[in-house]
Amino acid sequence: MLTDFNFRIIMEYLPLFLTGLKSTFLISIVSLLLALATGIIACAGRISSFKYLKYPAIAYIEVIRSTPLLVQIYFLYFGLPTLGLRIPEIQTGILALMLNSGAYIAEIIRAGISSVDEGQLEAGVSSGLNYFQRMRFIILPQALGVTVPPLLGQAIVLVKDSSLLSLISVMELTRCGQTMTSERFMPSEAFFTVAFFYMCIYFVLKALADWSQKKLIFREAY
Amino acid sequence: MMAFYFSRLVEIYPFFLKGLWMTSKIAFISLITCTLLGFVLGIFRSGKNPILKWIIGVYVSFVRGTPFVVQIFIIFFILPDWGIQLEAFPAALLAMAIMGSAFICEIVAGGINSISKGQWEAAASSGLSLIQQLRLVIIPQAMKVILPPLVGQYVLLIKDTSVVSVIGVMELTRVGWVTVVRIPEGLMVFSLVGILYFSISYPLILLSNYLERKMAL
Repeated sequence: MLTDFNFRIIMEYLPLFLTGLKSTFLISIVSLLLALATGIIACAGRISSFKYLKYPAIAYIEVIRSTPLLVQIYFLYFGLPTLGLRIPEIQTGILALMLNSGAYIAEIIRAGISSVDEGQLEAGVSSGLNYFQRMRFIILPQALGVTVPPLLGQAIVLVKDSSLLSLISVMELTRCGQTMTSERFMPSEAFFTVAFFYMCIYFVLKALADWSQKKLIFREAY
Repeated sequence: MMAFYFSRLVEIYPFFLKGLWMTSKIAFISLITCTLLGFVLGIFRSGKNPILKWIIGVYVSFVRGTPFVVQIFIIFFILPDWGIQLEAFPAALLAMAIMGSAFICEIVAGGINSISKGQWEAAASSGLSLIQQLRLVIIPQAMKVILPPLVGQYVLLIKDTSVVSVIGVMELTRVGWVTVVRIPEGLMVFSLVGILYFSISYPLILLSNYLERKMAL
C-alpha cells in the first residue's frame, strides 16, 4: 500500500525524470508548432474550391481522425525504413504527432472560420478590402475567440499523446517511468511520479485555456 | 518481394479478423460501461452535494490530466502490489471504464448545466420527484447538447482501445505489431490495421457530424 511509498528512490531518480520532463516538453512544443503549420495548410486546402487541393485535404483529415495515433506511430516507425528512410525514433515520433494533431487543428480552425457570419465577409468585399485584408481585419479577429481555447485543448491532448512515443523507445517522461520500473521494480513510485508531472503540465495548460476563453469571449462583446 | 509478403499477409488474414473481433469486444463493453458510469457521475457532478462534486472533480482531473498509457500502467503494475491481481483483458476493460467515464461525465454534466433553472422549478412544482424531474424533463432536453459530443467521444474511445495493446491484449494494434516482426512490411501491415480501424470509426464520425448538424437546428 501507499504506507511504504519510497520517496528516497524518487529523489534518486529525480534527475532522470527531469530530463524526461524536458524532452516531453520539447517534443510537445516542436510538434505543436509543426502541427499548427500543417493544420493551417490542411484547412486552407479543405475550404478551397479547387478540387485537387480540397479532396486530398479531406482524405488526410478523415484518415487521421478515424485511425488511432498508436497505429499511425507504428505505421511510420515500421514503414519508413521499408522505404529506405532511416530517421531517429524521436523524429519519427514528432512526425506522427505533427500529422495527427495537424488534422485536428485543421478542423478547429475551420470551425473558427465558419463561425464568422457570411454577411461579415460580404461587408468586407463591398468595402473594397482584398482577400488578405478581409482575413486580417474581419475574419481572423472574430475567429480567434472561437479557435484559441480549443487549440489549447488540443495542446493538452498533444502533451498526453506524446506519452505514446515511449512505445517506440523515445526517452520521454513515460519512458523514464518504464526505465525506473525495470531497474528497481517499483512501479508505484515510478508511475505516480510520472502522473504527477503530467498533472502539473495539465493544470498549467488548463488554466491558460480557461483564461483565454474568458479573455477572448469578452472581446466579442465590442 | 512485396508480392510475396502480400500473399503471406493474405494467408494470415484470420489473425487480423481475430484482432478486429477483440477490438470490437473491448470497444463495445467499454462504451456501454463508460456511458452508464458517465451518466451517473455526470448527474452527481451537476448536482448539489458539494463533497460528491469535489470528489468527482478530483477524479475527472486526474483522468484528464494524465495520459491513458500511464493509467494503464498504474492499473496493471500497481494493483497487484495492493493485492488485486488482474489478467490483461479485465485490466484493459477497467482502464477503459475509468478513463471513458470521466470524459463522458464532463459531457453529461455540461449538458445538464445548460438547462435553465426554470425547467427544474417547473418540473418540481408539477410535483415530480427528483428522479422523475431528471428522467422526464431535464435529461431529454439535455440530450440535444450531450449527443453530438458523446458520439465524438465514442470515436475517441474506440481509438484509445489501441493503447491497451501495451499490456499484451491481442487486439488489432497488437496483431499488427506481432505480424510486422514476421512480415517486415510496415507500410502494408499497418495500412491493413488502419483500414480495419477506419471501418469501425468512420461510420461513427459520420454519425457524429450528422447529429451535430441536426441538433444545431
